[in-house]
Amino acid sequence: MIPYIARRIVQAIFVVLGVTIIVFIILRLLPGGPARALLGPRATNQQVQEFIVANGYNKPVWIQYGTYLGHLIHGNLGFSYHYNQTVDSLLAQDLPKTAVLVGLSYLISIAVAIPLGILQAVRRNKPIDYGLTGLSFIGYSMPVFWLGILLILIFAVNLHWLPPEAPQGTTIGAILSQPSGLVLPVATLSIITIAQFSRFMRSSAIENLVQDYIRTARGNGLSSGAVLFRHLLRNSLLPIITLVGLSLPATLSGAVITESVFNYPGMGLLLWTAATVRDYPVMLGFTVVVGAATVVGSLLADILYAVADPRVRYA
Amino acid sequence: MSLVREPDAAQPVPGAPPAGDAGAGSVWRLIWQVFLQNRLAVVGLGIIAFMILFCFVGPLLYHTNQVQISILQVTQRPSAKHLLGTDNVGYDVLGRLMLGGQSSLEVGFAAAILASVWGTAWGAVAGYAGGWLDAVMMRVVDSILAIPYLLVVLILATIFTPTVPVLIIVIAMVSWLVTARLVRGETLSLRVRDYVLAAKAAGVRGRWIIVRHIVPNVIGTIVVAATFSVADAILLLAALSYLGLGPPPPAANWGGMLSNGLNYVYDGYWWLVYPAGLAIVLTVVAFNFIGDALRDALEVRLRQR
Repeated sequence: MIPYIARRIVQAIFVVLGVTIIVFIILRLLPGGPARALLGPRATNQQVQEFIVANGYNKPVWIQYGTYLGHLIHGNLGFSYHYNQTVDSLLAQDLPKTAVLVGLSYLISIAVAIPLGILQAVRRNKPIDYGLTGLSFIGYSMPVFWLGILLILIFAVNLHWLPPEAPQGTTIGAILSQPSGLVLPVATLSIITIAQFSRFMRSSAIENLVQDYIRTARGNGLSSGAVLFRHLLRNSLLPIITLVGLSLPATLSGAVITESVFNYPGMGLLLWTAATVRDYPVMLGFTVVVGAATVVGSLLADILYAVADPRVRYA
Repeated sequence: MSLVREPDAAQPVPGAPPAGDAGAGSVWRLIWQVFLQNRLAVVGLGIIAFMILFCFVGPLLYHTNQVQISILQVTQRPSAKHLLGTDNVGYDVLGRLMLGGQSSLEVGFAAAILASVWGTAWGAVAGYAGGWLDAVMMRVVDSILAIPYLLVVLILATIFTPTVPVLIIVIAMVSWLVTARLVRGETLSLRVRDYVLAAKAAGVRGRWIIVRHIVPNVIGTIVVAATFSVADAILLLAALSYLGLGPPPPAANWGGMLSNGLNYVYDGYWWLVYPAGLAIVLTVVAFNFIGDALRDALEVRLRQR
């Protein structure tokens, strides 16, 4: 197991480096050159020239990349000219809020998708399976923003059950203190994730149902409920670890849209605002951090999986 | 299950190297038959055929002005003159649905084709070369995959003016990765097959082996991945349009129409929302149906050999 994990860690380090190279390439592509992009349209030419010299943007490209990497390692992600704040402080402020949104959605999605998938596998090709399959197809074929606005229309405008806007506040505590406002954004993100996860659970449960250990358990006279819970559920839980790791980039993309629909004060909303005012330091800084976090997340998922399932380490 | 299948897989594939001969032909016929047995896939195929006819032939039969806005007839209800009413600047919604569908489908198909070609080349070269080149090429794929695609697309769309060709390239840049991974995985197992080894021993160059022997044998995987890519590209274009980074007017696409209509959702102008929204959902569902069925049908092919 140790060699497997060591290999994965080395790979992950290279992937994180790859992310920084991609972001550096984008930085070089920016209109007006990196100095202009980082200082913003209002900086004077003299400021731009001074910035170029001070940060080594007149040196060869590999030295520029080295300087850039050095800044990143020291936790210096740049300065947002739109918010007049360091990108680090913006990140510290908004990333946890997005983590709350995404984390809650994952918990709900897993809790709903697993039983749903198993139900579909057991009742395979029965009306309930067809119905749920149809729903999940619609779930992941629907533009996220439309889904969010439909939920607002139904539950906030027509039924008056829930507020149409996400809770506002700078701290996590302030957001969690208004749970009713969290319901719709979390539901929006959960619905699309459930649609994906339940499809996956269905096929993995169908595969498991024909395995020998299930037949043996049945043959030993175990009731079908016990077979489902003690054997099928436990074996189907494992792939979910990988699935969460794999789906993280897609879910974060969904979070950007969800946050802009519900005005949820997280990373996604900040990014969208940054994109509309071309605030490149924020966009690039967040891209590096989110990319690195995703790599670490899938690394942890793989290690967890290897610890839980001996078949992986020897494969 | 794998124990049962492996002895079969070790046997030479009937007529595999030249993919177009009689043996392979009957395999493709079998795939087609299995595909047609899947009712959802047939429905999906029907929807796509309808959408293509609607968007590309429709404007020849239903003439509307989609260039000049007409401020005197905005947000009119559906009537005999405007079958689906007019939007907030006076465009006929039905005609706009056809025009918007053209760019949505064009972006979807073009991005998927571009991504498939690039992803196949990348994956086949990495898998065939192996060693360091493979490791480096695959870490590049992992790195791009690690960044949420919407972030990449968002940044690229702010750098370049988001015209349709630019959006096709931008969307293709984030959707070739899965194809590359799948093709590389299959190439790893194909490159030690006897017919590849024989070709190598006969002095055939690597490039030719990839084109002639590897790619024809992973074409199924490529097609399945491409089908899902079309669906994803249409949704991604819609998301970009919602974020204000879609093709600017007077160009139209379903996502842009939907997000524009949603500005009026509280005014009861349903014809600005549901036609575009349903067009997206129907088309994306149809591509997903087809992709699922193709995957099942191709598994039959795997079982067959």
